[in-house]
Amino acid sequence: MPQTIPIEHGLMLAGILFCLGLIGVLTRRNIVFVLMSLEVMLNASGLAFIVAASRWGHADGQIMFLMILTLAAAEVAVGLGLIIQMYRRFHTTDINVLSQMKG
Amino acid sequence: MIILFYLAAAIAIISTVCMVLQNNIVHGLIYLILSLLAVAIVFFLLGAPFAAVLEAIVYAGAIMVLFLFVMMMLNMGQHSVDQERSWMGGRVFIAPAIMSGLLLAQFLNVLRDYEFELVPTEIGVMQVSSLLFGPYVLAVELASILLLAGLVSAYHLAKK
Amino acid sequence: MLELIWLLPTFPLLGFLSLVLTAGKLPQRVVAIIGAGSIGLVFLVAALIASQFLDSGAEQFVFTAWSWMSVGEFTPGFTFYLDGLSLVMMLIITGVGFLIHLYSTGFMLDDPSYSRFFAYMNLFVASMLMLVLADNLVLLYLGWEGVGLCSYLLIGFWYQKPANGYAARKAFVVTRVGDTSMAIGLFLLFSQLGTLNIQDMLHAADAQWAIGSNYAVLASLLLLGGAVGKSAQLPLQTWLPDAMAGPTPISALIHAATMVTAGVYLIARNQVLFELAPDIQLLVAWIGLATLLMAGFTAMTQHDIKRILAYSTISQIGYMFLGLGVGAWSAAIFHLMTHAFFKALLFLGAGTVILSLHHEHDIFKMGGKRKQLPVAFYSFVIGSLALAAFPFSSGYFSKDEILLAALALEGPGIWLWAGGVLGAFFTGLYSFRLVFVVFFGESRGHHDAQEVAGFSMATPLFILMFFSIFGGWITIPVESVFSHGEAHVEHHVSALLHGIMIVVPLLGIGVSYLFYVSKTFSVEKLMASSLAQGLHKFWFSGWGMDRLYDTLFVKPFLWLARINRNDLVDWLYALIVELTRAAHGLVVRSQTGSLHWYALSVAGGLLLLVFLGVLL
Repeated sequence: MPQTIPIEHGLMLAGILFCLGLIGVLTRRNIVFVLMSLEVMLNASGLAFIVAASRWGHADGQIMFLMILTLAAAEVAVGLGLIIQMYRRFHTTDINVLSQMKG
Repeated sequence: MIILFYLAAAIAIISTVCMVLQNNIVHGLIYLILSLLAVAIVFFLLGAPFAAVLEAIVYAGAIMVLFLFVMMMLNMGQHSVDQERSWMGGRVFIAPAIMSGLLLAQFLNVLRDYEFELVPTEIGVMQVSSLLFGPYVLAVELASILLLAGLVSAYHLAKK
Repeated sequence: MLELIWLLPTFPLLGFLSLVLTAGKLPQRVVAIIGAGSIGLVFLVAALIASQFLDSGAEQFVFTAWSWMSVGEFTPGFTFYLDGLSLVMMLIITGVGFLIHLYSTGFMLDDPSYSRFFAYMNLFVASMLMLVLADNLVLLYLGWEGVGLCSYLLIGFWYQKPANGYAARKAFVVTRVGDTSMAIGLFLLFSQLGTLNIQDMLHAADAQWAIGSNYAVLASLLLLGGAVGKSAQLPLQTWLPDAMAGPTPISALIHAATMVTAGVYLIARNQVLFELAPDIQLLVAWIGLATLLMAGFTAMTQHDIKRILAYSTISQIGYMFLGLGVGAWSAAIFHLMTHAFFKALLFLGAGTVILSLHHEHDIFKMGGKRKQLPVAFYSFVIGSLALAAFPFSSGYFSKDEILLAALALEGPGIWLWAGGVLGAFFTGLYSFRLVFVVFFGESRGHHDAQEVAGFSMATPLFILMFFSIFGGWITIPVESVFSHGEAHVEHHVSALLHGIMIVVPLLGIGVSYLFYVSKTFSVEKLMASSLAQGLHKFWFSGWGMDRLYDTLFVKPFLWLARINRNDLVDWLYALIVELTRAAHGLVVRSQTGSLHWYALSVAGGLLLLVFLGVLL
C-alpha cells in the first residue's frame, strides 16, 4: 500500500462527485434538490482544482477554488431568492411547473 | 493518512448518493453537509488547509445555513416528503444514469494511464493570500462585485 | 457674362421649388409672376448670353458649374456647352416657352391647380434647358428623363379623369421603350469610347471607328431609338395623339415646340456618329418620310382639333428627320425653329378656340367662327399658311431647304423628295380643312360663344404670328456646328421642280377649299364607297398602330401575366419559407420548457466535447 495519495484517485473522486451531482440535477423535480446537486457539482470541480494545486505545488489552484466558492455563494443567494419567489407564485417547488419557455 | 483519504472519499460519495436519493429536504441537506465536510478533510489531506477551512466555514457553514433558513421559510412538511416519493420512480433515473455513467467512464478512461504519486506539500494561508492580493487582486475585486450583485439581487428577488 | 449660363436652368428650378414648397397656398397673381416671370427672366439672360456669344465669334463655350459625381476617371459634371446648335435650342425654349407661360397665365385662370401647373411647367423648362445645354451625355440623359417626367405629369394634369391618366401612362411607357434603347446606346458608347463628354466622344468615335463599322451602326441605331421615342416617330408615335389629354398650353410647349424635337436635337448633336453610319442616317430619312406620310393621312380624317394638330406635329417632325437623314442638318434645325413658332401659334390658337367654346374639341361642332373668334382665326390662318409652306412664310423656307437637300441626295433622293412633296400636299389639305371647317361655312353649334382672349393670351399669339410669317428670314448660327459633312445644297434645280414645290401645297389648300367651302366636291359622296370608308377607318385609327401594338405587346403581356398569376418564380421563395418553417418546427421540439431536458442537453454536449477531446 502506497504511503502517498495517488493523484488519479483524487481526480476520480472529483469525477464521481461531479457525476452524482449531475444525476441529482437530472432526476430531481424539487428545485431545492436541484440547487443542492449543483452545489455538489461545483464542489467537485473545486476539488479537482485543489488536487491539481497539490500536484504542482502551486497556490493558483486554491485561488481558483476560492473563486468557485464565491461563485457558489452568489449563485445560492440568487437561486434561493428565486425559489422563494417561485414558491410564492406557484405554491410549489416543482420545476416542471416552470415550463412557459416551451417553444 | 492514505487510509483517511479513502475513508473521507467513501463518506463523501455515500453521503452524496444518500442526498440525491433522499425524500426529505432537511435530511438531504444534512447529507450534503456531511459530504462537504468529508471533502474538506480531503482538502486537508491534499495539503490545502486554508481551502479546507473555507470549505467548512463557507460551504458547510454559511451556504448550508442559508438553505436551512429557506427551508424553514417555505415550511414544507410531510406533504412534500410524500410528494417527493411520488416523483422518485426508477424510470426517471434511466437517462441520467446512462449519461452520467458514460461521462464517468470517459473521465476514468482519461485518468487510466495517469499515475503520479502525490507528495503533499502544504500550501498555507501565506502563499495563497500573497497570490490573492498580488497578481489576482483584480479577480478578488470582481469576486466582491459578484457577491454584491448576488446580495442585491437576492434581496430584490425575495422581496414580497 | 457668358458664365451666367448656369442661371438658365436655375431660375426655372427655383420657380419650381418655390411653387412646389408653398403647395398652392400662394395667390394666383403671385403664382403667375413666379411661374411666367422666372421664364421671362431666363429668356432675358438667354438673349444676353446669345448676343454676347455671337459677338465674341467663338465657336463654343464650356462652363462647369460644379462636379456632379466622381467615380475614378469618370467625372460627369453640371457642365454646360454652348455652341450654335444649343444656342438656337436655348432661345427657342426660353422664347417660345416664355410666350406659352404668359399665355397660360390667362388660359389656366379658372383651374384650381394653377400653382401645380406652373410648377410642372417650370420644372419642364429647367429639364429641357439641361438637356440642350448638357456637355455630357449623362447630364443630357438627366434632362431627357426630366422632360419625360414633366410630360407625364402634365399629360395627366387633370388626373381626376381616368382616361387622362391612361394617356399619361401610355406616353411614359412608350417613350420609355426609346429611352431604354438610348440608355443602352450610352452604355455602349461609354464602354467603347471611355467618355461621355459629347465632344470628346464624337472625336474619339471619328478617330476610332471606320465609316459603317459595327459599333458606329449599333450606337447610332440605339440613339435613334431614343430619338424616335421622344419625337413620336414611327414606330413609337402612338403616344403623341393621346398626349393631347393635357391642357392645351402643354401641347404647345411640350408636344409641339420643344420636347418632341429633343430627338431631332439628339441626332443633330451626334451628327458625327450618324455620319459614321450612313445606313442609319438614311434610315432616319426613311423613318421621317414614312412618319410624315402616315401622319398626314391620319390628320385628314381626325375630328378632334388637337389630334389634328398632334398628327401634323408628328408629320412635321417627320420632315425634320427627313432633313437630318439627307444631311440637311441646319435645315432640319431651321425647320425645328419655324415649326416651334407656327405650331405653338396653332396650338395656342386652338387653346383659345377650345376655351371660348367651353372645351369643345370636335371641329364639326364649330363652323363659321371667324367673326366670333377673330384672334384665333388669324392665328389659324397664319399658322396654317406657315405649316403648309405657303410661299415666303416661315415654313416655306425651312421645308424648301429640306426638300432641296433631299433632291440633291444621290440614289433614293428623288423618292424621298417625291414623298416629301406628296406630304406637303396633304399638309395643305389637312391644315386648311381644319381652318375651313372651324372658321368658315355655317355655324354648327356654340352660336353665341364669346372669344376669351385677354391681354396675356392675345399678346403671345400676335408675337407668334409675327414670327410665323417672318421667322424664315432669321439666320441660325449653326454652320460652324455642322460645317463638316453638311450637304451642300446646290440651288440650281430646275424652275419646274421649284414650281412644283411651291404649287403642291397650294393645290392641297385648293382641294380643301373645293371640299369644305365651295362644296364642289362632296365628302359624303366620296365616303359613299366602301373602299373609302375602310380607308377612312384605317387612317382614322392612326393606321391601326394602336391595335397592332395592343395585339402584339399588350395582349401577350396580359396573357403572360394571367398565366403567371400564381407567380411561378415565387414558388422557389415559398419553398425556402416552407423549409425554414419545417426546420423551425423540428428545432422548436427541443424547446420543451423542461429544465431536465435542458440540463440533459448540456450534459450531452459535455459528453460529446469530452469524447472529442479524448478522440483527438
